[in-house]
Parts: sequence; structure tokens; C-alpha cells
Amino acid sequence: MKKTATDVLPAEGGLGNDPLLSVEDLHVEFATRAGLVKAVNGVSYTLSAGETLAVLGESGSGKSVTAQAIMGILDMPPARIPKGAIRFQGTDLLKLSEEARTQIRGRRIAMIFQDALSALNPVFTVGWQIGEMFRVHQGMSKRDAEKKAVELMDRVRIPAAKQRVHDFPHQFSGGMRQRIMIAMSIALDPEVLIADEPTTALDVTVQAQIMELLAELQRESNMGLILITHDLGVVADVADKIAVMYGGRIVENAPVHDIYRRPAHPYTKGLLESIPRVDLKGQDLYAIKGLPPNLLDMPTGCAFHPRCPYRQDNCVTSVPELYEIDPNRSSACHYWREVLDGTDE
Amino acid sequence: MGRYIIRRLIQAIPVLLGSTLLIFATVFVLPGDPIAALAGEKRADPTIVAILREQYHLNDPFFVQYWNYISGVFQGNFGRTFANVEVSEIMAGKFQVTLNLAMTALILEAIIGVGLGLWAALRRGKATDSAILASTLVLISIPTLVTGFVLQLILGVQLKQSFGIDFFPVAGISEGWRSYLVPGFVLAGTSIAYLTRLTRTSLVETLRADFVRTAVAKGMSRRRVVGRHALRNALIPMVTYLGADLGTLMGGAVITESIFNIPGIGQELFRSVYERQQPVVVGIVTILVLVYILANLIVDLLYAVLDPRIRYE
Repeated sequence: MKKTATDVLPAEGGLGNDPLLSVEDLHVEFATRAGLVKAVNGVSYTLSAGETLAVLGESGSGKSVTAQAIMGILDMPPARIPKGAIRFQGTDLLKLSEEARTQIRGRRIAMIFQDALSALNPVFTVGWQIGEMFRVHQGMSKRDAEKKAVELMDRVRIPAAKQRVHDFPHQFSGGMRQRIMIAMSIALDPEVLIADEPTTALDVTVQAQIMELLAELQRESNMGLILITHDLGVVADVADKIAVMYGGRIVENAPVHDIYRRPAHPYTKGLLESIPRVDLKGQDLYAIKGLPPNLLDMPTGCAFHPRCPYRQDNCVTSVPELYEIDPNRSSACHYWREVLDGTDE
Repeated sequence: MGRYIIRRLIQAIPVLLGSTLLIFATVFVLPGDPIAALAGEKRADPTIVAILREQYHLNDPFFVQYWNYISGVFQGNFGRTFANVEVSEIMAGKFQVTLNLAMTALILEAIIGVGLGLWAALRRGKATDSAILASTLVLISIPTLVTGFVLQLILGVQLKQSFGIDFFPVAGISEGWRSYLVPGFVLAGTSIAYLTRLTRTSLVETLRADFVRTAVAKGMSRRRVVGRHALRNALIPMVTYLGADLGTLMGGAVITESIFNIPGIGQELFRSVYERQQPVVVGIVTILVLVYILANLIVDLLYAVLDPRIRYE
């Protein structure tokens, strides 16, 4: 039953062809003054065209670092990738030269960031910043690039795009700014879009609109979408599958409906139980006890064991591998059966 | 924008009044008699002294004297020296010389300071960075007197004697723009060091910003990320420093002008203080204050150009 992480992942993706993007046993570490921080410890996931993968985890779980490694925007040093591969349509990005990666960045793999106000350049107009994609990557003239920028702003439904193309980021609301980020990222029809907590800085109604927009754009262009978030509520409607990360590893892989119904890892279960529910109104809110692991001093064995209600002696000593539950699911818990059975359907 | 400029100019009036009053008072209480000084070593005839004192209103109370002077200044009349020369005439030529010197210094400062700062920022933590930082410390620590005389000796004298290169004049302004290069560098010395450090810090900080990461993620070349996205933002503190420094350079030219024998306002100011030429001293300082005020106004207006988040009503 024991399998390595890569074996477990389903080779889905349309007609059974290669996945669009696959991360294989990726390790990322940072050299800091305090010591070596192992931020990502053997993460693997795949993404097919038209698919949405939600990567779920709390701060420090390694979800953003993994994404930045895919983009190739980690500062190296201090970051280092001692092991692993990131295959994009079969090519290992980590083996490419910096120039070759610059060709892929922005054009074929694009990314949007959490806080659009700080992620947009304050001294250039939004039209300039969107148009830059066309001017630099396609050698388009200023005038044509601006026309394209207006089209894109229309496409992400920014009202009065024609007038607002000359405005600066600070003149837009949070939701509109995120739309500009999105417009910029989809400018060159990338095959993969990575959204790193795209809605965290927004209020709830705007969050829903942005998620809807992303889902719609994805349907239109059939791009693969990696949605990084710490918010289970955000992903439920749009994701196809979920990878839950903890302490720099994937602890559970599952199709989205399975994970909500029957989590197979104690951490996922804890996350689901800590969502406030109307039918349990008045009762104490569940919280996972303890603190997230210190990346400088990771617990031995399973990183979650100090906080785990299912802990046994071997959890402290042996790192659980990803166990296959069914062809689409896996869990990195020695006691996944107990966790699965302990959840009422 | 226009209203903002007008408001700023109106605000400058009390600053101008205050600073001239202060200087006027300082020269007023200085010991020594300018009329007696006119006669040099000899003792002046008491009747002539009395007539001259009357003619220059030196017997009037302080505030009356100040009022006479300042009302003249607002009409563009800076008065006459005790040798009966128009003060504005004295200042006009000398200001041009000092302005040349200060502008040379400012241009050298901008080129060298920004250049070294960028270089250090892009090689952060490497040997180049440490070397540049160390040399700025040296530049800050050595007084202008030392750099002035040493460079004068090396570039002005020994370059010619040892290598036959006669490019930098030893002193004076007879060689046109070349005369200003070495004095300009000496005058700009510490400012170059500060601007280098400021540029380095500013760019290093900007390179850590989220929008720089976005530019990288957009697939922009490193050259474009640094040169367009980061530099435009890092420029704001640098421009502030450069603008404010113009006034400092003009006011700080006294020592440099005397080392290189440059007939600018620095030397004139020094001589006028020495000779108690009150109208000249106050006139020069008034113009210097004006330069400060205008330089600061221009910097503030440049802010709005460089940073669209700043708007003046």
C-alpha cells in the first residue's frame, strides 16, 4: 500500500496525456542567520489544462514558496533547491537557463499576488503596467499596447476602462486593483496561472466576485489554475482537487468534494472543524491546539504530531509517507483509516 | 498647482524677514567700526567720520536701520558699500562664479554618487559593495581642507610636473569650465559620500518591494526590473537630497573658494564680514536664503512628478 508521492498522483488531464505542470519531490531551503530553514520538503503535485488545484495551508506551510519556485522568483541565495524537479510540458524548469525561464515567466506561467496595492508599481499607470506585457514580450507599439490594456480591463470587468487606463493603482479600490493584477497576468494567455492568496486582502463580497472571475477566465482559456490559500471556504466552489500542506509537506491530496466530506488527515479534519457552522451556533469554536511548527526546529517524525489527537508512539519517530487511499486520494498519516472512519459522513 | 506655488512663495516671506533680521543684528553687534576701517592704518578725521556716519544712517536705532535696509531690498535695491559701490553689482558677478562652482559640484555629485550607489546596491554584500561603502566613510571623515590641498597638489601641480598633463589649473577661473572640476569635486566630497549611501540604501530597499517581484514574475529582464521599475521609485529620496544640497553647496563654498582662489560669494562674504560691510553680508545671505527656499520648492514640485500619489492643491 505504501507508495511514493509521485506514484499516487493521478495521471488525469483530459485524454490521459502528460500533465501540464508537475512538481516532483521539490525541496526548498533558506540559509538564514539562525540556521537552515527547510521550507519545502519533498512536495509533489500535478496540474492539467483546465484544472484547478487548490493548495491549502497556513503561513509557513511552504505553499507560497513552492509557487515561487515554479515561477522562478525565489531569491537564490538565500533560497536553494537541493532536490526535485518542476516539469512544465515535460521540460524541467529547474534545468533551464535564466534567460529561458524569463521567456516562460509571464508568458506561459503567470502569477497574481495577495496584496495588489503593493504588488503594482505605484509610479506607473495601470495601462502602462498591463501594456508592458505586450510592449516587452511582443514588441507592440505604445498605442496598440494601450488598446490591448483597455480590452483586458474590459475583460476583467473594470468599469470605464477607457478612461481609467491612465489612472494609477492607488486610485482604484482593492477589488479593482486585484482585477488589474489579473488582467496583467492573463495578458499573454498563459497556460498556467498561479494565484497566491488572491482574495485574502479583500472583503468577503469582493472575494466571491474575484473567485468567480478567475473561474470564468479559466473556463474560457482552459488554463491550469493553482490557487494558493489558507481559506477552505474560498476553494470549495472553484477547485477540482486540493493539496493540503503542513510543515513544508503535502499531508493530504484529494478531490475537493471528498475532502469536505471525509478528510483523511487529522490536520485537514482540524481545519474543517474549525470553520464556524450555523447549526452549531452557541457552541465553542473548535481550534487546532498548539502552534504551527518552527521551521528551524521541526518536530521529529510527523510534523503534526505535537498537535495531533490521533498521535501514537511511532508518529514521533517515523515520517509518514503519502498513503494511497484510492487512485485519487492520499494522506500522509499513519492512521488515516482511523481519521477517515472517525468522520461521520 | 499654481496656487500651491504662490502659497509657498508667500510662506517664504517671513522666513526671509527672519533670517535677514538675524544676520543684520549679528553684523550690527560685531565689534569694530566700518568707517574707521575705511581709513586703514591711519586715524580718520573725526568730522569726516561724523559726516559719513550720518550719511550711512549709522547713528539711527537698530530697527530703523533694518527697516531702511529691508524696504530697499524689497524694491530690488541692496544698497551701497561704504566704498560707495552698488552691492548688487558686487554680488552679480560673484554669484555667477559660485553658481558655476555649485552646479559643477552638483553634477559631479549626481553622476558619481548615484553611479557608485547603484553599483554598490547591485553588488550588495560583495567586495565591490564593501569597498564603495568603506571609501564613502573615508570621504566623509577627511575635512575639505585636506582633500582640497591634496587634490590641488596632485592634480594641479604634480600631474603637470611629472606627466606633463596640464589639464587641471592649480587655482583661479581663467581656464573656463576646467577650472571648476577639481574645486567642484572637493566641494561635493562629503555630499558624494552621503548620496552614494542614500542611493544604495534606497535601491536595496526598493528591490525588496512587492512590485519588483511582480515585474520579475511578468518576465521582465533584470535590466528592466532594476532600471525602470525599481529605479523610478528609488529616485524620490535621491532627488530630495540633491535638491536640498544645492543651497548647502552654495553656502559651503567659502573654504573651497579660498583654497582654489575662486572669486565667488564665499570669498566675498568672508571679506565683507571682516570689513563690516553690513549691506554686502546681509545681501549675500538674503540671496542664499532665497536659493534655499527655491531649491526646496523645486524639490517639492518634483515629488509630484516622481510620485503620482502626491498631489498639491
